[in-house]
Amino acid sequence: MCLGIPGRIVQIDDAAKKLATVDVSGVRRQVNIACVVDEAHPVASCVGDWVLIHVGFAMSRIDEKEAALTLQILRELGEAQAELEAMRGSLPS
Amino acid sequence: MKYVDEFRDRAKALSLVAEIEQLVARIGRPLQIMEVCGGHTHSIFRYGLEGMLPKEIELVHGPGCPVCVLPMGRVDDCVAIANRPGMIFTTFGDAMRVPGSKKNLLQAKADGADVRMVYSPMDALGIARKNPDREVVFFGLGFETTMPSTALTILQAHAEGIQNFSIFCNHITIVPTMKAILDSQEMHLDGFLGPGHVSMVIGLDPYEFIASFYKMPMVVAGFEPLDILQSLWMVLRQIAEGRCEIENQYARVVADSGNAQALTAVGEVYELREHFEWRGLGSINKSGVKIRSKYAQHDAEAKYALPGVRIEDPKACQCGEVLKGLIRPAQCKVFGKSCTPETPLGALMVSSEGACAAYYQYGGGIKLNVRAAL
Repeated sequence: MCLGIPGRIVQIDDAAKKLATVDVSGVRRQVNIACVVDEAHPVASCVGDWVLIHVGFAMSRIDEKEAALTLQILRELGEAQAELEAMRGSLPS
Repeated sequence: MKYVDEFRDRAKALSLVAEIEQLVARIGRPLQIMEVCGGHTHSIFRYGLEGMLPKEIELVHGPGCPVCVLPMGRVDDCVAIANRPGMIFTTFGDAMRVPGSKKNLLQAKADGADVRMVYSPMDALGIARKNPDREVVFFGLGFETTMPSTALTILQAHAEGIQNFSIFCNHITIVPTMKAILDSQEMHLDGFLGPGHVSMVIGLDPYEFIASFYKMPMVVAGFEPLDILQSLWMVLRQIAEGRCEIENQYARVVADSGNAQALTAVGEVYELREHFEWRGLGSINKSGVKIRSKYAQHDAEAKYALPGVRIEDPKACQCGEVLKGLIRPAQCKVFGKSCTPETPLGALMVSSEGACAAYYQYGGGIKLNVRAAL
């Protein structure tokens, strides 16, 4: 809940509601990107951006190298498993 | 991989520790540094960082685990809401096992209440959309890190006119609590590791009084082991040089100004409560938020009559003393005996970010495994 997990925005689902699909280590799910959209970063420009995701919301845009690095470390340490499991559990089966 | 190798470079960790040792020698006295955030507590235990540090440094594990500081009375309120006829009660998984005075949410579910774990408040809103004939409540908790997510969910529910969705708001705010800690006569801290993801939302400005009024150094820290070691080194460098500043080690995620969009949503939906009860710490002024009356339709406290009873913590529990850094987890009378992660008595044993649960899980092997872990 507090730690978050890095993912990459792969498509915009609903520009008005600021909903986008992110890819987190191969798991895709819809998140809200309202907190990373501003004048310098309009919705359409967000595809490809790495973001830190907390409970279904992109809360911060992060440097790609840093994101890959964090993810790698988290994955190796099993820390990402709980987040990924929670995400998978939230997808319609 | 270049960056991974650098990041996990044991030599780098050890050289940071060597730098820390030099600074400690230069400062020449024991130091108490508090990591405010439960995420940091978890990392510190997981990687055995305490065992790497010179004995003069004591890490005090602060109150920054929102699950841990939730008072039992609020859990009783959750159970009361969940037991209402036709109710669907939704929550993060972390909160399922927090003890109430009679039962936790997991037990309420076993007894027939419709309690569902969700990953996101947006998923709870989705459940409300699909079940228009039932009431759906989401258990909103967390510091500023998760506050924007519930604020934005309420704004979405409001925009769509979804009347059967509300949030039981237990969000808390860290700054008044840091002030309460600094005002406490029992504690003598030398510096803070600041919470990374709270700061991602609120920025650095709200902490300025810590440096200017309390003359205390603070470094906002990331969550990897090298982040924490580097932040600690930055705190010690401030002490050695006689500086008191709010520094940012976690700049890859935390902008000094915070997140404007998130703060706008939080300000639109929430206002400060006069006071809020913290488990182990008692009532702290202006340390919680509530939903503004404009959004009362989405406020479970406004919609439903709640018991709202204040329940004392179990007498045997010493969570408060651990939270204040007065005793170590293993010094608590019930630690590892009647209080374990499987059957937690005290809140600090519930969440993996609680000091006692982390200590219980990783405590045994720390000194042996630490250098191998990096």
